[in-house]
Amino acid sequence: MKKIFVLLLISALVSPAFCQDDLMDLLEDDAPKNERVTSTFKSTRLINGHTTETRTQGVLEFIIGHRFGRLNEGGENLWGLDFAQIRLGLEYGVSDNLNIGIGRSGVDKTFDLFAKYKFLRQSTSVPVSAALFVSGARRADSAFKNLLEGQGIPFEGKYRNAYTYQLLIARKMTSALSLQVVPTIIHRNYVATSTEPNDLLALGLGGRYKITNRVTINAEYIPTLNQENDDFKNAIAIGIDLETGGHVFQLHLTNAQRLQERGFIGETTGNFFDGDIHFGFNVSRVFNVAVKQNIPR
Amino acid sequence: MKLLFTLLMLIPLISYSQKFKSDSSYVRFFSEAPLENIEAVNSKAVSIIDLSNGNFVFSIPVNQFHFDKSLMEEHFNENYLETEKYPKATFKGSFKPSSLVDGAQTVTASGDFNIHGQTRPVNIEGTLTKSDNQVLVKATFTIKIVEYKIKIPKAVFYNIAEEVEVTVYFEYKEL
Repeated sequence: MKKIFVLLLISALVSPAFCQDDLMDLLEDDAPKNERVTSTFKSTRLINGHTTETRTQGVLEFIIGHRFGRLNEGGENLWGLDFAQIRLGLEYGVSDNLNIGIGRSGVDKTFDLFAKYKFLRQSTSVPVSAALFVSGARRADSAFKNLLEGQGIPFEGKYRNAYTYQLLIARKMTSALSLQVVPTIIHRNYVATSTEPNDLLALGLGGRYKITNRVTINAEYIPTLNQENDDFKNAIAIGIDLETGGHVFQLHLTNAQRLQERGFIGETTGNFFDGDIHFGFNVSRVFNVAVKQNIPR
Repeated sequence: MKLLFTLLMLIPLISYSQKFKSDSSYVRFFSEAPLENIEAVNSKAVSIIDLSNGNFVFSIPVNQFHFDKSLMEEHFNENYLETEKYPKATFKGSFKPSSLVDGAQTVTASGDFNIHGQTRPVNIEGTLTKSDNQVLVKATFTIKIVEYKIKIPKAVFYNIAEEVEVTVYFEYKEL
């Protein structure tokens, strides 16, 4: 009897206290536990190279990459602005993780095709996002045709093509800072000199720092690992991203004028620290061509 | 002694509040603008309602709003609601009248709405439907985004309306 009495006394004391609990506290446990990390980068491009970002299913993106001439060309050429190289690109989200794209660059009259597959997404339990990138690029310029034919090599696909394989690994360290490493192999069936390996290895390094919600500062450095031709330099770039809802404007300074992986990683001739710097920009516009219905109605 | 015993036995019964917790929810916002309408839906909101004293709270994980356009969703999180900084929108208040009848009735909840780190007093009129072991609440109200310091730059390509219509719907089970 005494026991029951004590029990009831306790319950009498405890339950009003329970009643006064802040209702909000009772909701705290219901927060989603495993959250995806999104928006590691603002664009599918860091500067010259790709990021782990993909366009989602049904989104078509039109990207114009533009690189002017060198700043150290001086006033006569308006510090490089008189000459420009362009890559026009169309990219499409086949699924949220798989993107395909085509592009055509003015330099070397190069056509390229690529596919990028994001197979890992950073979340509260996964430390990084990762994607595989594969591209093929074919030169179509008559100078290259003459070069090959001068050496008795037919102007055939296998000598004109180069293939790029990249593993993109990125981590959003904080909401402002994201970093990326990109082990890269570029296979070229034809190289002009014996000092250039057919399989060029490189390790792309880069990141972005968000200074406001819509503006980031980006940097990218892509050292090659087995390039023996001293004429070719490692690609360096710094830039800013300006995002305006639907558009991303990327403005940058880089020693690379080529806009396709084979070109900017393997065939950059400018020395950044001698002022061989190209002002450039990427402008992208997205179109929702086959919008997925995410909202239940 | 026996009286005391009976009294003590009654206390927990009386004071034990009638708390109901949501097990299903739906939050939608909609804004009509000349260029395009913006709509998003969230099914991860949670709420508790206490019928004994009219207390009513809900909490919405803001990054769980889903849009048809993924880029719009990204910009909503990154630029407008800044959901890494302000992950939740919450309402804390109480509703009137506190005496309820079975079936549907109009109630008004008054309290503080916190969005984007900004708290504003609001009155939300809605419908509360009560049955033996279930409570349903549905309310539609308008919020002015400027009151919550959600910045919209002039040069945005979406035309974003200054007022957003919000609908909340909760189904509760007794806690």
